[in-house]
This record gives sequence, C-alpha cells and structure tokens, in this order.
Amino acid sequence: MTTYDLSTDSLRALNQALHEEEISAREWRITHPDGAHNIACGVNDALCIDIDGHVGYYCAGMNQKAQITIHGNAGVGVAENMMSGCVRIKGDASQSAGATAHGGLLVIEGNASARCGISMKGVDIVVKGNIGPMSAFMGQAGNLVVCGDAGEALGDSLYEVHIYVKGEVASLGADCVQKEMRQEHVDELAQLLSRAGLDDDPASFKRYGSARELYNFKVDNATAY
Amino acid sequence: MTDTVFNPALRESATFGRDVIAEIQRAADTGIYDIRGWGAKRKVPHFDDLLFLGASMSRYPLEGYREKCGTEVTLGTRYAKKPIVIDTPVTIAGMSFGALSAQAKEALGRGASEVGTSTTTGDGGMTAEERGQSSKLVYQYLPSRYGMNPDDLRKADAIEVVLGQGAKPGGGGMLLGQKISDRVAAMRTLPKGIDQRSACRHPDWTGPDDLAIKIAELREITDWQVPIYIKVGATRTYYDVKLAVKAGADVVVLDGMQGGTAATQDVFIEHVGIPTMAAIPQATQALQEMGVHREVQLIVSGGIRNGADVAKAIALGADAVAIGTAALIALGDNHPRFEEEYRKIGSAAGFYDDFQEGKCPAGISTQDPALSQRLDPVAAGKRLANYLRVMTLEAQTLARACGKSHLHNLEPEDLVALNVEAAAMARVPLAGTNWVPGQAY
Ligand SMILES: Cc1cc2nc3c(=O)[nH]c(=O)nc-3n(C[C@H](O)[C@H](O)[C@H](O)COP(=O)(O)O)c2cc1C
Repeated sequence: MTTYDLSTDSLRALNQALHEEEISAREWRITHPDGAHNIACGVNDALCIDIDGHVGYYCAGMNQKAQITIHGNAGVGVAENMMSGCVRIKGDASQSAGATAHGGLLVIEGNASARCGISMKGVDIVVKGNIGPMSAFMGQAGNLVVCGDAGEALGDSLYEVHIYVKGEVASLGADCVQKEMRQEHVDELAQLLSRAGLDDDPASFKRYGSARELYNFKVDNATAY
Repeated sequence: MTDTVFNPALRESATFGRDVIAEIQRAADTGIYDIRGWGAKRKVPHFDDLLFLGASMSRYPLEGYREKCGTEVTLGTRYAKKPIVIDTPVTIAGMSFGALSAQAKEALGRGASEVGTSTTTGDGGMTAEERGQSSKLVYQYLPSRYGMNPDDLRKADAIEVVLGQGAKPGGGGMLLGQKISDRVAAMRTLPKGIDQRSACRHPDWTGPDDLAIKIAELREITDWQVPIYIKVGATRTYYDVKLAVKAGADVVVLDGMQGGTAATQDVFIEHVGIPTMAAIPQATQALQEMGVHREVQLIVSGGIRNGADVAKAIALGADAVAIGTAALIALGDNHPRFEEEYRKIGSAAGFYDDFQEGKCPAGISTQDPALSQRLDPVAAGKRLANYLRVMTLEAQTLARACGKSHLHNLEPEDLVALNVEAAAMARVPLAGTNWVPGQAY
C-alpha cells in the first residue's frame, strides 16, 4: 500500500506517480484530499485507489481500468469521460457526475446533483439516492439506474441510454418517454444492481428511453428543436 | 450569379433581392431554416480594406530575395513542457472527420506536414489516417466530446478547448444523417443516419473559473506536456480573451464571423459575431493589458485567403493564422473541373456550399465512399503544401517591403485603412491621414 498525504505531497507529484508506466504498487491510499481538484485523473492502469475524504472537481476524470473509491463527497464532473474501471462515491456527487463517460461503472451511494450522466457514451451509472435535473441530457449509450427520485427534464434529447428509476420522476425532457419493462430489461437491471452491490428489486423500477422522434429534422417537431 | 435580364427597365429591389425572394420561397415550401456550409457570404469590412506602408525614405526595406525574413512561430511557451514550433504561421483549422472524408483529413495532414505546420482534428475525434500523416496535430476538446478519449489525448501535440466558432458563436454543431456513415456513427457512439446536433455548452463546466479547473485537469492528465489552446468565436473578444488567459490558456484561437463551417443555419452564419479584422485589435489589447502579448499566442482565423491577409493579421497582433475554407479549396473544393456535377446538384463551381448534404463532387465534404475515393490524399496534400508555400512567400514579401526581418515584427504602424469603417475596426489611420476613428489626434 502506497500512501500519499495531500496535506504535504503535491497533487502534481501524485498524478505523475499514478501515470508512471510500470507501477509496482497496486494499492494506493490518498489522505487529506480536502476538496482538491483533479485527484487521480488520467489513470491508465488497474490500480486500486482509496481516497479518504471529500474531493473537488473532476476526480478520476478519464479513468481507465482503475478502481477508485471516494470515502466522502465528490465535486463537479467526477469520473467525467471515464473509459473503463470503476469509481465509487460513498457520499454525494455534485453536478455532471459521469459526464460523457464511455465505459466502466460509476456508483454513487448518496445523491447526485444536476446533469448526472450528461452526454454519457456507454458508462453504467448507479445512484442509490436521488438525481438532479437535466440528468442524462443527450445521453448516447449506457445505463443510468436511480434508486431514488429523478429531477426535472430527465433524459432530454436522449439517444440510446437506458434509464431505470425506482422513485418519482419530476418530469421527462423532450423525446424521453416511459417504456415497457421487458424481461431483458429486468435482467439487465438486476446485473447492474448486483455489480453496484445493491439489493433493490429490479421489478420495482420503471424504464425510460428515447421516443426517437427527434432523430431526424421534421417540420412538425419544430417547437422541440 | 448574374444573368442577363431581358428587359433593362426591370428594377431589382435592393431590399428584396433575388436571393432574398428565393429564400422566402424556400422557407414557405419547407418550413425549416436553411442549413449550409461555408462562412458568411455577405460583404463585411475585411483585410482588403487595409494597405501596407512600404519602406522608402523614413523606413529601410529588406532585400527581397537575399535577406532573411523569419516565419517560424513557437506556440505554447507559457506552461507546456513541449511547445509546438511551426515553420510558417499558417496552420490548418479544426474540421471534423464526419464533415470531411477520411481522405480529405489525410490530405490536410500531408499538406501541413510538408511545410512544417500543424493541423487540427474536429468534432468527431481523431482518425488514424490523420494522426499518421500529421507531424503536428492539435486535438479538439469540444462540448460534444465525440470520440474523446485519453489515449488520443496523450497522442496529441496540443489540445484545443473549443468554446465557439466564428460561423456560429453560441451555437453547437450539426451533422445531418446523410453523413453519419457506419464509421462516423461508431466514432461518435451515435445511431447511423440520424440528424446529429452537438451541444453548444460543455457538459461539465460553465464559467471561466470552472474552465480554469478543467484546463488544469487536461494538463494533469497529459502531465503538463502539451500546449492548451482555447478557441472562441469573435463576439465580446476583449473580455473573452482576458478570461481565456485567466483560465490558463497557452494559446487563444480567435475565429471571426467570416469563418467557415460544415453545417449551420444560414441566419446564424450571416448575423452573429464580428468580423475577423475587428476582433484582432480587441484581442491584442486584452493580451497587452495583461502583459502576455506574444507569451500567450494568438491564432486568428475567419476568411484568411492569401499572404496579405496573413501579414495583416500578424501586423494587428496575431502570432499565426488558421485556414479552413481556403485549405479545402486548395485540396480541390469548388474546382471548375466538377462544373457539370455541381450543376446536377443545383450548384456551380465557385458557389457550392451544401457541405451538409454529403454530395461533394470533389470527395471532400462527404462520407460517400465512391465520392471520397476521388480525392487522392497525396496529390491533394501536395496542392495544399504549394498553396501554403505561396501564402508564406507572399507574407514575407510584404514584411520585407516594410523592412521586417521576421513576420512578427510587422505592427499596426505598418498599416493604413482605405475607409472609415476599417480604420475604426482595425484601429489604424485612414490612408493619407493621421486619423484613427475613436482616438484623439
Ligand atoms: C468543413 C468545415 C468543418 C469544420 N469543423 C469544425 C470543427 O469540427 N470544430 C471547429 O472548432 N471548427 C470547425 N470548423 C471551423 C474552422 O475550424 C475554422 O474556424 C474556420 O473554417 C476558419 O475560417 P475560414 O474557413 O474562413 O478559414 C469547420 C469549418 C469547415 C469549413
């Protein structure tokens, strides 16, 4: 176990160390993050990283392969553009969690704020609590699972993301509709919940997706553009 | 296009010209705004309204063919460990694979590399052809983040955070279904054949304070190796440049309203933004006031066509320029040899701007395999290299005439304006006077 104390060691030295080509230490502990931005971004190795406390913006940004656990709350854009691996937040996440992420698993054990999964491109996001407004805006691919409630304009201008919500949805965004929950979706959701370590009943969720009405410009849809 | 009017007594309306009438008719037919490529087609004050004061008695010229006039530029000297050195101040602007064929992207890389300058990806990610053929490649970081990934980020020689484009400041991108081929769809993680809209705002930051953190993130991911540019469309340029510098840019890319686009609403192209010439003095002033002129480099684009435009942009304070439309023309866009085919799709050589349709006879703004194959990337790259050389030689010719041993020694003092508008915008005197509008004698 390698320990980095951000109250004494610099963020630059930490990230540089995490980017080295051949890292012998596989387990890392980062102490005193104290809300610093850009902690452990750009990691490209199957490291196991625990962060003891709250982090600022873009923690675990563009993560590849690493398992990163934040034992606290996360600022804006946690795991933005993640490609693979797993990022787990024990507390709450601020806006744009998992924005544009292409792959991997993002688990938020608390609540997530606005724009969770905005423009997501293949990541799986599981939120134990609630999510804020405009979540999954222009979401292209992947899954967004919400065990609590979802804010306004969920899935606005959605492409192909699958959204599962257990609680209430304040409102759906343009072109996002409730869809039938078929067996394949129950199975998919069961898998996502189990990967996230949650035991909610998949049958208690509703599914939302794109009506695909805005996929091509049509005069009749002019008010929606 | 002019044609002969059979009765000379017929009077065309200046307000309702034939193009205006045709557009009203088109709107009434279809119910949707006009989307097209190219840049603003209206006449705006431009570099043609400026002239150089060559040397004579009070200034000493350099010998045209013998005395050196440097053209190299170093970009990214502020923070990057590896700044980019280009041999000519003319770079290739960001144009997406998707908007352009893979062959066109490769040709741009070949042409740029041959003369030692940089080329730029676009909204849709980096292709292997482009990376392979570009010795210096700038990777765009756009709101859509299509194809954005850390592997390509680490392969880039610079990163350009795009906030806007001169053709559509405040607007996002478009790529219509005809151009979303299997490869383009896969690179963007989109369904094939849809009319794709790119976001106009970045998904994970809002104001300049957030942008500073975003830039720090990109630097952390790339271990502070490569320069980070910020590209803005020209509007409130003075403030935007100040904020870009504050956010930590190594280089500011400023795209004026004439700047080209692959697909945008015509109303947007023609009515939003300020002319390139008007934007440069604002940017230069902002950089000078912050004490970073020439330390944070300024790249200017939007209607750059020849070495005179290059020299004038530099004299007004730019470090380099970028070209889009002109580069496509050099590759073969709008060439008369395709006249017959342009006619078949309702256009003509010299007028073709429907890049969004994907039917480009020259094989440039298309994803149709048969059309794209017409463009030989090697030959087209050679044409671009020739053109870039001509622009460089022209700029040197003008600089030497003004007595400058490097293009960067050109200054506003070398310029005068032909009319009051240009004098006011470029902040140089009206020719034959000492009068700069807005400034006291
Ligand atoms: C076909 C085409 C595609 C473009 N794609 C992009 C793009 O993906 N990203 C971007 O920032 N600008 C894009 N632009 C704008 C150029 O980067 C540049 O700002 C502009 O073309 C400069 O003006 P000029 O065409 O008059 O030289 C595109 C322009 C054209 C003509």
